[in-house]
Amino acid sequence: MPNLYCNIISDLCAGLVRGLGLTASCKIGEGGIALAEAVHGSAPDIAGKNSANPTALLLSGVSILCHLNLHDKVDQIQNAILDTIAEGKYRTADLGGKAKTTEFTNAIIDHL
Amino acid sequence: MTTARSIIPLLNRLISRSQPSRSVTYMHRPGDGSPRPVTLIPGDGVGPLVTDAVEQVMEAMHAPVYFEKFEVHGTMKKFPEEVLDSIRKNKVCIKGGLATPMGGGVNSLNVYLRKELDLYASLVNCFNMRGLPTRHENVDIVVIRENTEGEYAGLEHEVVPGVVESLKVITKFCSERIASYAFEYAYLNNRKKVTAVHKANIMKLADGLFLEACREVAQKYPAIQYNEIIVDNCCMQLVSKPEQFDVMVTPNLYGNLVANTAAGICGGTGVMPGGNVGAEHAVFEQGASAGNVGKDSIVAQKTANPVALLLSSAMMLRHLQFPAFADRLETAVQKVILQAKVRTKDLGGSSTTQEVVDAVIDALD
Repeated sequence: MPNLYCNIISDLCAGLVRGLGLTASCKIGEGGIALAEAVHGSAPDIAGKNSANPTALLLSGVSILCHLNLHDKVDQIQNAILDTIAEGKYRTADLGGKAKTTEFTNAIIDHL
Repeated sequence: MTTARSIIPLLNRLISRSQPSRSVTYMHRPGDGSPRPVTLIPGDGVGPLVTDAVEQVMEAMHAPVYFEKFEVHGTMKKFPEEVLDSIRKNKVCIKGGLATPMGGGVNSLNVYLRKELDLYASLVNCFNMRGLPTRHENVDIVVIRENTEGEYAGLEHEVVPGVVESLKVITKFCSERIASYAFEYAYLNNRKKVTAVHKANIMKLADGLFLEACREVAQKYPAIQYNEIIVDNCCMQLVSKPEQFDVMVTPNLYGNLVANTAAGICGGTGVMPGGNVGAEHAVFEQGASAGNVGKDSIVAQKTANPVALLLSSAMMLRHLQFPAFADRLETAVQKVILQAKVRTKDLGGSSTTQEVVDAVIDALD
Protein backbone atom coordinates (compact mmCIF):
# COMPACT_ATOMS: atom_id res chain seq x y z
CA MET A 1 0.00 0.00 0.00
CA PRO A 2 2.49 2.64 -1.04
CA ASN A 3 -0.44 5.09 -1.35
CA LEU A 4 -1.18 4.74 2.36
CA TYR A 5 2.46 4.81 3.37
CA CYS A 6 2.99 8.08 1.49
CA ASN A 7 -0.08 9.59 3.14
CA ILE A 8 1.31 8.70 6.55
CA ILE A 9 4.91 9.67 5.87
CA SER A 10 4.11 13.00 4.23
CA ASP A 11 1.93 14.04 7.17
CA LEU A 12 4.59 12.84 9.58
CA CYS A 13 7.27 14.88 7.82
CA ALA A 14 5.00 17.93 7.75
CA GLY A 15 4.61 17.50 11.51
CA LEU A 16 8.38 17.34 11.97
CA VAL A 17 8.74 20.78 10.42
CA ARG A 18 5.74 21.99 12.44
CA GLY A 19 3.88 22.72 9.30
CA LEU A 20 0.75 20.91 8.25
CA GLY A 21 -0.37 24.42 7.42
CA LEU A 22 2.77 24.98 5.36
CA THR A 23 3.24 21.93 3.23
CA ALA A 24 2.28 21.93 -0.43
CA SER A 25 2.16 19.12 -2.92
CA CYS A 26 1.84 18.62 -6.64
CA LYS A 27 0.59 15.46 -8.31
CA ILE A 28 1.66 15.03 -11.93
CA GLY A 29 -0.13 12.63 -14.26
CA GLU A 30 0.67 11.30 -17.68
CA GLY A 31 0.07 13.82 -20.43
CA GLY A 32 1.20 16.66 -18.18
CA ILE A 33 -1.91 17.05 -16.03
CA ALA A 34 -0.95 18.61 -12.71
CA LEU A 35 -3.01 18.78 -9.54
CA ALA A 36 -1.59 20.97 -6.82
CA GLU A 37 -3.04 20.89 -3.35
CA ALA A 38 -2.10 21.34 0.25
CA VAL A 39 -1.04 18.26 2.20
CA HIS A 40 -3.57 19.09 4.90
CA GLY A 41 -7.23 18.07 4.78
CA SER A 42 -10.38 20.14 4.96
CA ALA A 43 -10.03 20.91 8.72
CA PRO A 44 -13.77 21.14 9.41
CA ASP A 45 -13.13 22.23 12.98
CA ILE A 46 -11.73 25.61 11.89
CA ALA A 47 -13.90 26.12 8.79
CA GLY A 48 -15.45 29.55 8.43
CA LYS A 49 -13.39 31.09 11.24
CA ASN A 50 -10.87 33.02 9.10
CA SER A 51 -8.04 31.38 11.07
CA ALA A 52 -6.62 28.87 8.59
CA ASN A 53 -3.03 29.17 7.40
CA PRO A 54 -3.17 29.80 3.64
CA THR A 55 0.55 29.12 3.09
CA ALA A 56 0.12 25.49 2.05
CA LEU A 57 -2.34 26.29 -0.68
CA LEU A 58 -0.44 29.43 -1.74
CA LEU A 59 2.74 27.37 -2.16
CA SER A 60 0.71 24.80 -4.10
CA GLY A 61 -0.39 27.62 -6.40
CA VAL A 62 3.25 28.61 -6.76
CA SER A 63 4.13 25.08 -7.84
CA ILE A 64 1.46 25.35 -10.57
CA LEU A 65 3.11 28.55 -11.79
CA CYS A 66 6.38 26.63 -11.80
CA HIS A 67 4.76 23.92 -13.90
CA LEU A 68 3.60 26.64 -16.32
CA ASN A 69 7.17 28.04 -16.50
CA LEU A 70 6.27 31.43 -15.02
CA HIS A 71 9.42 31.43 -12.94
CA ASP A 72 9.71 35.16 -12.20
CA LYS A 73 6.23 35.15 -10.69
CA VAL A 74 7.21 32.04 -8.71
CA ASP A 75 10.15 33.85 -7.15
CA GLN A 76 8.14 36.98 -6.42
CA ILE A 77 5.32 35.21 -4.62
CA GLN A 78 7.46 32.64 -2.85
CA ASN A 79 9.81 35.29 -1.49
CA ALA A 80 6.86 37.37 -0.30
CA ILE A 81 5.47 34.36 1.60
CA LEU A 82 8.82 33.40 3.14
CA ASP A 83 9.60 37.00 4.11
CA THR A 84 6.23 37.41 5.82
CA ILE A 85 6.73 34.23 7.84
CA ALA A 86 10.33 35.09 8.68
CA GLU A 87 9.36 38.57 9.84
CA GLY A 88 7.06 37.00 12.42
CA LYS A 89 4.65 39.94 12.80
CA TYR A 90 1.71 38.15 11.20
CA ARG A 91 1.36 34.47 11.94
CA THR A 92 -1.74 32.31 11.97
CA ALA A 93 -2.75 30.26 15.00
CA ASP A 94 -1.06 27.03 13.88
CA LEU A 95 2.32 28.83 13.91
CA GLY A 96 1.68 30.24 17.36
CA GLY A 97 0.43 33.65 16.27
CA LYS A 98 -2.89 35.48 16.36
CA ALA A 99 -3.31 36.79 12.82
CA LYS A 100 -6.43 36.04 10.82
CA THR A 101 -6.19 34.45 7.37
CA THR A 102 -7.07 37.79 5.75
CA GLU A 103 -4.48 39.72 7.78
CA PHE A 104 -1.78 37.22 6.91
CA THR A 105 -2.71 37.33 3.22
CA ASN A 106 -2.64 41.16 3.21
CA ALA A 107 0.83 41.05 4.77
CA ILE A 108 2.02 38.80 1.94
CA ILE A 109 0.51 41.14 -0.64
CA ASP A 110 2.33 44.04 1.03
CA HIS A 111 5.60 42.13 0.66
CA LEU A 112 5.15 41.57 -3.06
CA MET B 1 33.90 23.17 38.90
CA THR B 2 31.98 19.96 39.41
CA THR B 3 33.54 17.06 37.59
CA ALA B 4 31.77 13.97 36.29
CA ARG B 5 33.26 12.00 39.20
CA SER B 6 31.64 14.20 41.81
CA ILE B 7 28.27 14.17 40.10
CA ILE B 8 27.80 10.38 40.31
CA PRO B 9 27.37 10.16 44.11
CA LEU B 10 24.96 13.10 43.87
CA LEU B 11 22.95 11.28 41.20
CA ASN B 12 22.91 8.11 43.28
CA ARG B 13 21.55 9.99 46.30
CA LEU B 14 18.96 11.66 44.07
CA ILE B 15 17.81 8.30 42.72
CA SER B 16 17.64 6.62 46.12
CA ARG B 17 15.71 9.57 47.52
CA SER B 18 13.14 9.29 44.77
CA GLN B 19 12.56 5.61 45.65
CA PRO B 20 10.38 4.83 48.68
CA SER B 21 12.57 3.92 51.64
CA ARG B 22 10.21 1.07 52.53
CA SER B 23 9.23 -1.36 49.82
CA VAL B 24 5.58 -1.99 49.06
CA THR B 25 4.52 -5.20 50.78
CA TYR B 26 3.60 -7.98 48.43
CA MET B 27 2.04 -10.83 50.34
CA HIS B 28 2.82 -13.93 48.34
CA ARG B 29 1.29 -17.35 48.55
CA PRO B 30 3.57 -20.04 50.04
CA GLY B 31 5.50 -21.63 47.24
CA ASP B 32 5.41 -18.55 44.97
CA GLY B 33 9.18 -18.35 45.28
CA SER B 34 9.82 -21.61 43.43
CA PRO B 35 11.59 -20.94 40.17
CA ARG B 36 9.28 -20.67 37.20
CA PRO B 37 10.29 -22.05 33.79
CA VAL B 38 10.32 -19.58 30.92
CA THR B 39 10.92 -20.52 27.28
CA LEU B 40 13.84 -18.60 25.82
CA ILE B 41 14.40 -18.19 22.07
CA PRO B 42 17.65 -16.34 21.27
CA GLY B 43 16.68 -15.91 17.62
CA ASP B 44 18.77 -14.31 14.88
CA GLY B 45 21.12 -11.39 14.51
CA VAL B 46 21.31 -9.39 17.71
CA GLY B 47 18.80 -11.73 19.36
CA PRO B 48 21.34 -14.06 21.03
CA LEU B 49 23.29 -11.03 22.33
CA VAL B 50 20.33 -9.45 24.04
CA THR B 51 18.74 -12.65 25.35
CA ASP B 52 22.12 -13.52 26.83
CA ALA B 53 22.03 -10.14 28.57
CA VAL B 54 18.70 -11.09 30.13
CA GLU B 55 20.07 -14.46 31.25
CA GLN B 56 23.08 -12.84 32.89
CA VAL B 57 21.04 -10.23 34.75
CA MET B 58 18.43 -12.76 35.93
CA GLU B 59 21.24 -14.93 37.25
CA ALA B 60 22.87 -11.98 39.02
CA MET B 61 19.56 -11.15 40.72
CA HIS B 62 18.90 -14.81 41.59
CA ALA B 63 15.48 -14.24 40.10
CA PRO B 64 13.09 -17.20 40.53
CA VAL B 65 13.05 -18.06 36.84
CA TYR B 66 14.92 -20.62 34.81
CA PHE B 67 15.10 -20.72 31.06
CA GLU B 68 14.37 -23.53 28.62
CA LYS B 69 16.39 -22.42 25.63
CA PHE B 70 15.55 -23.34 22.04
CA GLU B 71 17.22 -22.53 18.74
CA VAL B 72 14.80 -21.08 16.22
CA HIS B 73 15.85 -19.23 13.08
CA GLY B 74 13.88 -17.22 10.56
CA THR B 75 15.15 -19.46 7.79
CA MET B 76 13.37 -22.51 9.20
CA LYS B 77 10.45 -23.73 7.11
CA LYS B 78 8.28 -24.30 10.14
CA PHE B 79 8.26 -23.17 13.72
CA PRO B 80 9.48 -26.22 15.66
CA GLU B 81 6.62 -27.98 17.39
CA GLU B 82 8.70 -28.72 20.51
CA VAL B 83 9.21 -24.98 21.05
CA LEU B 84 5.49 -24.33 20.73
CA ASP B 85 4.86 -27.14 23.24
CA SER B 86 7.33 -25.57 25.64
CA ILE B 87 5.61 -22.20 25.42
CA ARG B 88 2.20 -23.83 25.84
CA LYS B 89 3.48 -25.56 28.98
CA ASN B 90 5.32 -22.59 30.47
CA LYS B 91 2.79 -19.95 29.36
CA VAL B 92 5.60 -17.37 29.20
CA CYS B 93 8.36 -16.89 26.66
CA ILE B 94 11.06 -14.32 26.04
CA LYS B 95 12.67 -14.07 22.62
CA GLY B 96 14.94 -12.23 20.27
CA GLY B 97 13.87 -11.40 16.72
CA LEU B 98 13.67 -13.99 13.93
CA ALA B 99 14.96 -12.68 10.62
CA THR B 100 12.33 -12.52 7.91
CA PRO B 101 13.52 -12.39 4.30
CA MET B 102 11.93 -9.56 2.28
CA GLY B 103 9.44 -10.73 -0.37
CA GLY B 104 9.98 -14.21 -1.75
CA GLY B 105 6.80 -15.68 -0.30
CA VAL B 106 8.40 -16.75 2.99
CA ASN B 107 6.20 -15.80 5.89
CA SER B 108 7.54 -14.29 9.08
CA LEU B 109 7.98 -16.77 11.92
CA ASN B 110 7.52 -13.89 14.38
CA VAL B 111 4.05 -13.31 12.93
CA TYR B 112 3.41 -17.06 12.80
CA LEU B 113 4.12 -17.41 16.52
CA ARG B 114 1.75 -14.57 17.40
CA LYS B 115 -1.04 -16.08 15.31
CA GLU B 116 -0.46 -19.68 16.37
CA LEU B 117 -0.62 -18.82 20.07
CA ASP B 118 -3.33 -16.24 19.43
CA LEU B 119 -1.28 -13.51 21.09
CA TYR B 120 -3.80 -10.98 20.04
CA ALA B 121 -2.44 -7.93 21.82
CA SER B 122 0.96 -6.38 21.22
CA LEU B 123 1.92 -3.82 23.81
CA VAL B 124 4.72 -1.27 23.63
CA ASN B 125 5.46 1.30 26.29
CA CYS B 126 7.19 4.37 24.87
CA PHE B 127 8.28 6.86 27.47
CA ASN B 128 10.96 9.44 28.16
CA MET B 129 13.80 8.05 30.24
CA ARG B 130 15.68 10.25 32.68
CA GLY B 131 19.13 10.92 31.31
CA LEU B 132 18.04 10.41 27.72
CA PRO B 133 16.82 13.80 26.55
CA THR B 134 14.82 13.84 23.35
CA ARG B 135 12.94 16.53 21.45
CA HIS B 136 9.86 16.06 23.59
CA GLU B 137 9.18 15.72 27.30
CA ASN B 138 6.48 14.12 29.44
CA VAL B 139 5.84 11.38 26.92
CA ASP B 140 4.42 8.13 28.24
CA ILE B 141 2.49 6.31 25.56
CA VAL B 142 1.32 2.71 25.54
CA VAL B 143 0.48 1.41 22.08
CA ILE B 144 -1.83 -1.59 22.07
CA ARG B 145 -1.93 -3.11 18.66
CA GLU B 146 -4.15 -5.84 17.27
CA ASN B 147 -1.74 -8.60 16.48
CA THR B 148 -3.48 -11.27 14.44
CA GLU B 149 -5.44 -9.87 11.50
CA GLY B 150 -5.73 -6.66 9.52
CA GLU B 151 -3.06 -6.08 6.91
CA TYR B 152 -1.11 -9.04 8.27
CA ALA B 153 -3.76 -11.56 7.35
CA GLY B 154 -1.25 -12.89 4.81
CA LEU B 155 -3.87 -13.22 2.11
CA GLU B 156 -2.39 -12.12 -1.18
CA HIS B 157 -2.89 -13.38 -4.71
CA GLU B 158 -1.94 -12.38 -8.21
CA VAL B 159 -5.16 -11.73 -10.10
CA VAL B 160 -3.45 -11.48 -13.48
CA PRO B 161 0.31 -11.07 -14.08
CA GLY B 162 1.27 -7.63 -12.80
CA VAL B 163 -1.82 -7.17 -10.62
CA VAL B 164 -1.74 -8.31 -7.00
CA GLU B 165 -4.59 -8.13 -4.53
CA SER B 166 -3.85 -8.04 -0.83
CA LEU B 167 -6.72 -8.63 1.55
CA LYS B 168 -6.99 -6.70 4.79
CA VAL B 169 -9.34 -8.54 7.12
CA ILE B 170 -11.00 -6.81 10.06
CA THR B 171 -13.43 -8.73 12.26
CA LYS B 172 -15.79 -7.56 14.98
CA PHE B 173 -14.47 -10.33 17.22
CA CYS B 174 -10.80 -9.29 17.02
CA SER B 175 -11.57 -5.59 17.16
CA GLU B 176 -13.72 -6.06 20.25
CA ARG B 177 -11.16 -8.06 22.12
CA ILE B 178 -8.29 -5.69 21.38
CA ALA B 179 -10.43 -2.73 22.42
CA SER B 180 -11.37 -4.59 25.60
CA TYR B 181 -7.72 -5.29 26.32
CA ALA B 182 -6.82 -1.64 25.80
CA PHE B 183 -9.52 -0.31 28.11
CA GLU B 184 -8.82 -2.98 30.70
CA TYR B 185 -5.13 -2.05 30.56
CA ALA B 186 -6.03 1.61 31.06
CA TYR B 187 -8.28 0.73 34.00
CA LEU B 188 -5.73 -1.52 35.72
CA ASN B 189 -2.85 0.90 35.21
CA ASN B 190 -4.69 4.09 36.14
CA ARG B 191 -4.46 5.55 32.65
CA LYS B 192 -6.84 8.36 31.74
CA LYS B 193 -7.41 8.18 28.00
CA VAL B 194 -7.64 5.69 25.16
CA THR B 195 -7.21 6.89 21.57
CA ALA B 196 -8.29 4.72 18.64
CA VAL B 197 -6.16 5.10 15.50
CA HIS B 198 -7.82 4.46 12.14
CA LYS B 199 -8.28 5.51 8.53
CA ALA B 200 -12.02 5.02 8.37
CA ASN B 201 -12.50 7.96 6.00
CA ILE B 202 -10.93 5.78 3.29
CA MET B 203 -11.41 2.22 4.55
CA LYS B 204 -14.95 2.87 5.63
CA LEU B 205 -16.02 -0.69 6.19
CA ALA B 206 -12.85 -2.20 7.64
CA ASP B 207 -11.70 0.61 9.90
CA GLY B 208 -15.33 1.57 10.45
CA LEU B 209 -15.93 -1.84 12.01
CA PHE B 210 -12.84 -1.41 14.17
CA LEU B 211 -14.11 1.96 15.41
CA GLU B 212 -17.57 0.58 16.08
CA ALA B 213 -16.06 -2.06 18.37
CA CYS B 214 -13.93 0.54 20.17
CA ARG B 215 -16.91 2.80 20.74
CA GLU B 216 -18.96 -0.05 22.21
CA VAL B 217 -16.22 -1.00 24.64
CA ALA B 218 -15.61 2.65 25.56
CA GLN B 219 -19.16 2.89 26.86
CA LYS B 220 -18.37 0.26 29.48
CA TYR B 221 -15.59 2.47 30.88
CA PRO B 222 -17.20 5.89 31.39
CA ALA B 223 -14.36 7.08 33.62
CA ILE B 224 -11.81 6.67 30.82
CA GLN B 225 -11.74 9.31 28.09
CA TYR B 226 -12.03 7.99 24.55
CA ASN B 227 -11.21 9.69 21.27
CA GLU B 228 -10.36 8.76 17.70
CA ILE B 229 -7.66 10.00 15.35
CA ILE B 230 -6.89 9.35 11.71
CA VAL B 231 -3.53 7.63 11.32
CA ASP B 232 -1.84 10.28 9.18
CA ASN B 233 -2.84 13.07 11.55
CA CYS B 234 -1.82 10.77 14.40
CA CYS B 235 1.73 10.43 13.06
CA MET B 236 1.92 14.17 12.60
CA GLN B 237 0.75 14.76 16.17
CA LEU B 238 3.18 12.14 17.48
CA VAL B 239 6.15 14.03 16.09
CA SER B 240 4.93 17.44 17.16
CA LYS B 241 2.89 17.00 20.36
CA PRO B 242 3.29 13.42 21.63
CA GLU B 243 2.50 14.34 25.23
CA GLN B 244 -1.20 14.46 24.32
CA PHE B 245 -1.36 10.66 23.95
CA ASP B 246 -1.86 8.11 26.70
CA VAL B 247 -3.04 4.64 25.68
CA MET B 248 -3.52 4.06 21.97
CA VAL B 249 -5.43 1.18 20.44
CA THR B 250 -4.83 0.37 16.79
CA PRO B 251 -5.34 -2.24 14.10
CA ASN B 252 -2.30 -4.23 13.06
CA LEU B 253 -0.39 -2.13 10.50
CA TYR B 254 -1.07 1.28 12.01
CA GLY B 255 0.03 -0.10 15.36
CA ASN B 256 3.34 -1.15 13.87
CA LEU B 257 3.92 2.33 12.45
CA VAL B 258 2.65 4.22 15.48
CA ALA B 259 4.66 2.09 17.92
CA ASN B 260 7.87 2.56 15.97
CA THR B 261 7.28 6.30 15.64
CA ALA B 262 6.52 6.65 19.34
CA ALA B 263 9.59 4.58 20.19
CA GLY B 264 11.70 6.78 17.95
CA ILE B 265 10.51 9.92 19.67
CA CYS B 266 11.44 8.64 23.11
CA GLY B 267 14.91 7.39 22.32
CA GLY B 268 14.64 4.54 19.87
CA THR B 269 13.59 0.95 19.52
CA GLY B 270 16.68 -0.10 21.44
CA VAL B 271 15.14 1.00 24.74
CA MET B 272 11.38 0.52 24.63
CA PRO B 273 9.92 -2.55 26.30
CA GLY B 274 6.94 -4.54 25.25
CA GLY B 275 5.43 -7.91 24.58
CA ASN B 276 2.61 -9.90 23.09
CA VAL B 277 -0.18 -11.39 25.13
CA GLY B 278 -3.19 -13.60 24.56
CA ALA B 279 -5.70 -15.35 26.75
CA GLU B 280 -3.28 -18.20 27.54
CA HIS B 281 0.27 -17.10 26.83
CA ALA B 282 2.64 -14.15 26.88
CA VAL B 283 5.72 -13.68 24.71
CA PHE B 284 8.05 -10.86 25.67
CA GLU B 285 10.40 -9.28 23.17
CA GLN B 286 11.85 -5.91 22.30
CA GLY B 287 8.90 -3.50 22.29
CA ALA B 288 8.87 -1.96 18.86
CA SER B 289 10.40 -3.43 15.73
CA ALA B 290 10.84 -6.75 17.49
CA GLY B 291 11.38 -8.59 14.24
CA ASN B 292 14.37 -6.40 13.47
CA VAL B 293 17.49 -8.46 13.94
CA GLY B 294 19.94 -5.59 13.58
CA LYS B 295 22.79 -4.86 11.20
CA ASP B 296 25.61 -7.32 10.66
CA SER B 297 28.11 -4.79 11.99
CA ILE B 298 26.27 -4.53 15.31
CA VAL B 299 26.24 -8.30 15.61
CA ALA B 300 29.92 -8.58 14.74
CA GLN B 301 31.01 -5.87 17.15
CA LYS B 302 28.56 -7.02 19.83
CA THR B 303 27.17 -3.54 20.34
CA ALA B 304 23.43 -4.28 20.41
CA ASN B 305 21.41 -2.34 22.97
CA PRO B 306 20.08 -4.77 25.58
CA VAL B 307 17.97 -2.17 27.41
CA ALA B 308 14.73 -2.90 25.56
CA LEU B 309 14.81 -6.62 26.23
CA LEU B 310 15.98 -6.08 29.82
CA LEU B 311 13.01 -3.80 30.46
CA SER B 312 10.73 -6.30 28.71
CA SER B 313 12.10 -8.99 31.02
CA ALA B 314 11.17 -6.74 33.95
CA MET B 315 7.64 -6.62 32.53
CA MET B 316 7.84 -10.40 32.34
CA LEU B 317 8.82 -10.63 36.01
CA ARG B 318 5.83 -8.48 36.93
CA HIS B 319 3.61 -10.67 34.73
CA LEU B 320 4.93 -13.69 36.70
CA GLN B 321 4.09 -11.80 39.90
CA PHE B 322 7.62 -11.12 41.09
CA PRO B 323 7.22 -7.35 41.51
CA ALA B 324 10.25 -6.74 43.73
CA PHE B 325 12.59 -8.36 41.21
CA ALA B 326 10.95 -6.37 38.42
CA ASP B 327 11.45 -3.12 40.36
CA ARG B 328 15.10 -3.92 41.11
CA LEU B 329 15.83 -4.64 37.48
CA GLU B 330 14.05 -1.53 36.23
CA THR B 331 15.75 0.67 38.81
CA ALA B 332 19.17 -0.67 37.83
CA VAL B 333 18.55 -0.08 34.13
CA GLN B 334 17.22 3.42 34.77
CA LYS B 335 20.28 4.22 36.87
CA VAL B 336 22.60 3.16 34.06
CA ILE B 337 20.68 5.28 31.54
CA LEU B 338 20.67 8.27 33.90
CA GLN B 339 24.40 8.07 34.56
CA ALA B 340 25.01 8.13 30.80
CA LYS B 341 28.47 6.61 31.21
CA VAL B 342 27.78 3.29 29.51
CA ARG B 343 25.67 3.48 26.38
CA THR B 344 25.51 1.71 23.07
CA LYS B 345 25.82 3.57 19.77
CA ASP B 346 22.09 4.11 19.22
CA LEU B 347 22.03 6.23 22.38
CA GLY B 348 25.10 8.18 21.40
CA GLY B 349 27.71 6.12 23.21
CA SER B 350 30.27 3.54 22.19
CA SER B 351 29.86 0.72 24.69
CA THR B 352 29.37 -2.93 23.92
CA THR B 353 26.39 -4.99 24.98
CA GLN B 354 28.47 -6.68 27.66
CA GLU B 355 29.57 -3.36 29.11
CA VAL B 356 25.95 -2.31 29.50
CA VAL B 357 25.08 -5.65 31.11
CA ASP B 358 27.99 -5.31 33.54
CA ALA B 359 26.84 -1.78 34.43
CA VAL B 360 23.29 -2.98 35.06
CA ILE B 361 24.51 -5.84 37.25
CA ASP B 362 26.70 -3.39 39.17
CA ALA B 363 23.73 -1.10 39.65
CA LEU B 364 21.52 -3.81 41.12
CA ASP B 365 20.88 -3.33 44.79
